[in-house]
Amino acid sequence: MSEPLLGDGPAAGHGLGSLTARLQGGLPMSEIGLPVLLLALVLGFALFVPQFATLGTFQSFMYQIAMLGLLSLAMVVPLISGGLNLAIIATANQSALLMAWLMKALLPASAGGPTLLLVILAALVAGLLLCLLIGFLTGALIAYTGVHPILVTLGTKSLIDGISIYLTRGTVISGIPDIFAATGNATLLGMPVVFLIFILAAVVLGIVLQGTPFGLKVAMIGSNIEATRYSAIDTRRTLVGVYVTSSVLCFVASIVMLAAFNSASAGYAQSYLLVTILAAVLGGVDPFGGFGKVAGLMVALAILQVISSGFNQLGLSNYLTVAIWGLILIAVVAAQTIHQSGWLVRRLRFRAAPSPASKP
Amino acid sequence: MHEQSTFLSRLQRRPEAWLLAVILLAGLALSLASPTFLTLPNIVDLLESYAVQAIMALGLFVVLVSGGIDISFAATASVAQYVAAAMAAYAGLPPLVCIGAGLLIGVALGLLNAALIHYVRITSIIATIATMSVYFSFLMYVTGGRSIYNLPDWWTDRITFYETETTSGDLVRITLPIVALLVAALLTWLLMTRSKVGRQLYAMGGNPEAARRIGINIAGMQFFAYGFLGFMSAAAGLLQAHRVGESVPNALYGNELAVLSAAVLGGASLTGGIGTVPGVLLGIVLLAMLQNGLNLLGVSSYFFQIVIGLVILISTSITVLSARQRRRRRPIGEALNV
Amino acid sequence: MPAASTPYLRLAGISKSFGGVKALSDIDWDVRPGEIHCLVGENGCGKSTLIKTVAGVHAPDPGGVVLIDGEPVLPLNPAKARALGVQVIFQDLALFPNLSVAENIAIERHLNRPAVPVSQARMRALALATLQRLDFPLDPDKALSELSVSERQIVAICRGLAAKARLIFMDEPTASLTRAEVRRLLSIVQKLKADGIAVVFVSHRLEEVVEIAERVTVFRDGRKVGTWPAAEVDQARIISLMTGMDIFHGVVARDMTKAPPLLEVEGLSRAGEYRDINLTIRAGEVVGLTGLLGAGRTELALSLFGMTRPDSGRIKLDGQVLNLTSNRAALKAGIAYVSEDRLSLGLVLRQSIAANAVLAVIDRMKNGLGLVGEGRRRALADDWVKRLAIKIPGLDKPVQTLSGGNQQRVVLAKWLAAKPRLLILDSPTVGVDIKNKKGIYDIVAALAREGVGILLISDEVIETFATCDRVLHMRQGRIVGEAVPGQVSEQALEAEIYA
Repeated sequence: MSEPLLGDGPAAGHGLGSLTARLQGGLPMSEIGLPVLLLALVLGFALFVPQFATLGTFQSFMYQIAMLGLLSLAMVVPLISGGLNLAIIATANQSALLMAWLMKALLPASAGGPTLLLVILAALVAGLLLCLLIGFLTGALIAYTGVHPILVTLGTKSLIDGISIYLTRGTVISGIPDIFAATGNATLLGMPVVFLIFILAAVVLGIVLQGTPFGLKVAMIGSNIEATRYSAIDTRRTLVGVYVTSSVLCFVASIVMLAAFNSASAGYAQSYLLVTILAAVLGGVDPFGGFGKVAGLMVALAILQVISSGFNQLGLSNYLTVAIWGLILIAVVAAQTIHQSGWLVRRLRFRAAPSPASKP
Repeated sequence: MHEQSTFLSRLQRRPEAWLLAVILLAGLALSLASPTFLTLPNIVDLLESYAVQAIMALGLFVVLVSGGIDISFAATASVAQYVAAAMAAYAGLPPLVCIGAGLLIGVALGLLNAALIHYVRITSIIATIATMSVYFSFLMYVTGGRSIYNLPDWWTDRITFYETETTSGDLVRITLPIVALLVAALLTWLLMTRSKVGRQLYAMGGNPEAARRIGINIAGMQFFAYGFLGFMSAAAGLLQAHRVGESVPNALYGNELAVLSAAVLGGASLTGGIGTVPGVLLGIVLLAMLQNGLNLLGVSSYFFQIVIGLVILISTSITVLSARQRRRRRPIGEALNV
Repeated sequence: MPAASTPYLRLAGISKSFGGVKALSDIDWDVRPGEIHCLVGENGCGKSTLIKTVAGVHAPDPGGVVLIDGEPVLPLNPAKARALGVQVIFQDLALFPNLSVAENIAIERHLNRPAVPVSQARMRALALATLQRLDFPLDPDKALSELSVSERQIVAICRGLAAKARLIFMDEPTASLTRAEVRRLLSIVQKLKADGIAVVFVSHRLEEVVEIAERVTVFRDGRKVGTWPAAEVDQARIISLMTGMDIFHGVVARDMTKAPPLLEVEGLSRAGEYRDINLTIRAGEVVGLTGLLGAGRTELALSLFGMTRPDSGRIKLDGQVLNLTSNRAALKAGIAYVSEDRLSLGLVLRQSIAANAVLAVIDRMKNGLGLVGEGRRRALADDWVKRLAIKIPGLDKPVQTLSGGNQQRVVLAKWLAAKPRLLILDSPTVGVDIKNKKGIYDIVAALAREGVGILLISDEVIETFATCDRVLHMRQGRIVGEAVPGQVSEQALEAEIYA
């Protein structure tokens, strides 16, 4: 220790060494398993379902994955922080309702181009502000009271849904300007606009989680919030950021929903709530928090959607699809458990084995 | 420095006491605002219509005490109900066989949850979200969503245990759902306060590692808790078909969060080890009262969800904040305790 | 104790390996009925493995024998060990915070008798009887979460008694007790002895317990060094037997009065925690802070680190009055704090070494776009791993895979990356083996040479004497004395602390 301990270190290296080290670090078994499963599913369906391997299938795949994908992104961030946001669907629906209502109320019967754009823009801003507000309040409630996020978001879900239903009396708001839906359902380079929005959101979120201080703090909070707080991290602000991010993603999802359904209602997409958790866990997000990557989620979403598309073309019921989704989640988590812990081996070797926690 | 824990201060710390106070207050307000609210017929009616949810909440409470959570119980109830209904309506099997099969299916699905949680080490909330989609979706797939309307009479006939006419001329009936609820509550209460298993469940929920060290069979307790919830869900499912006279595969589905809210409102902790049967019943009563009272007041039923949301947010925040304040006072006292 | 009596417990040739590591090698050991026995050794010497083997948690390697009342009892499991009368009171006490005192004491009764219905009245009666046996007044209806640590300890002892214990292991029972509470515990142990119940204290701090023990057994590196009558060994002897080396040689104290003052604390008070604290730490000075647990040392440190607000008084760094609204403000001013609880507050155990190492400086590392690439994080972490000679299997491995000493170095790396001016170390060598202890002292010394002020909080006077220029003594929230190693003897300061 002849060199000074606190001296300025060598310039942060970007050399080949750090790159190869980074490549070596990743790709454990579980990260290979999912893409292999996806490939097997695609090949299997392509072989056995005549119409599967067509551009049409691929395009409808891209339309369908966008909404579930965006909502799943909104679920992933709180999950990594060790929480959960049960209010994502309620938030997205309320934002869609607000935007739909504004467009309908503000738009004169024969509005010209500029007015139309202005109104749409105003509606989007209003939706975004609403989601920011919801996210901020949810996050503040979780960060400052310390109530478990399941409970807080159970409450906010009920509250938000209640307000939406109360104000709309449970009705559907339709009458969105044609141009809105048309733009959403248009294609660019053969890809639907909604799909591109989803991919863009996923890439941005991926960068935020992997490459910013916020992303690191979220993961650290997810594993141990007190130790993170003792490391001079503002855990409260980070938690508020988590739920604001989640809500903003709900806002993006609400745009896609509005374009897809051409209307808004408090009751849309409610069945997706638990599917988003399923997709996240399937994609390697740790349900206890601390770990999870957008890339893993994307593969998981693709798997779910491929199963859905394939079954659809086979003429099988949607319910069977959902049941298979559940079974796949159980199977994948079981495979990970067995693989990680050598569970089977240990259990067979000695039955009274101590739990890992009691090691000396 | 140890302040005597007086009866009053001990009472104050029980969430049930707060809940009871809120219920009494809300009851008073509602009965002032709507004369029909605090009448015997209305209350009995309320009990009957919430019996199904209450029985499920009692089962869920046992799982919550053990330190777990289960989202799949409504799906379990639907499967058990539908299979029993199909056996009764299509095969014409005798009552005991149908009821037995229904209950058995409930227990089996509960045990399956426990197996996934204990042996496959899936977090309870994730495991039961997955099994919920599997149980319910398979049910819908296999049945094609068709309801069974021709349930046999032994199932759908109203069973009245006690009947009386009030002075105002209303008929008050103590029917099977109410009795079933009372039996379920008594059974759960005995289990949790008077049996060895109950002790162990509380211990395990409070400190799983310590429970393991003193030799509590964690696997056995988990299987028991989830199996018990499966049993109660199946019973609730059979009872629901009895009340409405038909088996609709998706009638119970979607009740999960409301039942969970009731249990949590009643003081059951999501982290395990805490909660009582009276508390859970009070939680159900509060939800029922709010819904019914708002109805009687002519407030839109759409408003109900807003109220539930507010009640959950306010009650949980108060509980956690007051617990935290107590904790904060402790170490300071200890530091100067010489 | 009549030497002829059969030992209650006897081990012969017990070994235990985990993977390739031998945690216990060929142990012969016995405990007599009604004996008070001390089992001492450094962290990781095998004493907790020994307890767990006797308690039936670990199965020993084949070949050894465990006899209870002269009968071979292997294979053991936790239930069988307890049925034979072996009770362990672990340091965390393994009680149930959600249950009442009576329910905690009576819990084991409900494991063994399935048919008997649970009766609150019977549980209360059993709890009251057990508490009375120890002459300890405690409301059986109180929730366990309302009790102090020492009261909980009594509840744990009562639970063992209620389950008909004949041998009670107590793992580090005095670590968090005040002197008065230790006395009370010892008087209870005497009562147990009178009832013929043997007690084995497992500890690395032994002064108080050696007073009442009959025999002392020393463990080192998984082996038994030997067993002696307590009267024949003094503390110094035990420590050298425990460590097998003498790292605490010589005094390093320097006269730092010429150095410029770095931290000046004036009249700092916080209700219920500490009162009227005045202290100065000079640049490059190492100041020790010792005293009993609960004397307010950690509470003072938390205020210096901005995590709690003092009610009154001033904290100055380089003559500037600091307004520490949060630990972020403290870190910005140049104050860092190594928590005493490394496992739950010092590190995020499940996360990677790299993530832990960069955590405190992550906001300083971002570029113009607000991004911090993986490569820059790894480079910084790698740099500190090299500087502090941390032995790691890889930067991406969870920090929990490291040994205690290397974990503590990762904590130091996290803070040193922020280039602190003042480093507060709270019990930094707890759970660190002897070689790594030395390494951490070397790091402290190197930092001091580079002008960093150090406040080292420690339970062990001997540790402060081996590292500090001055040692402050805190008691009941106040600083009551100052000792300069070399001018005052360790024994004198210890006598003052435990008076």
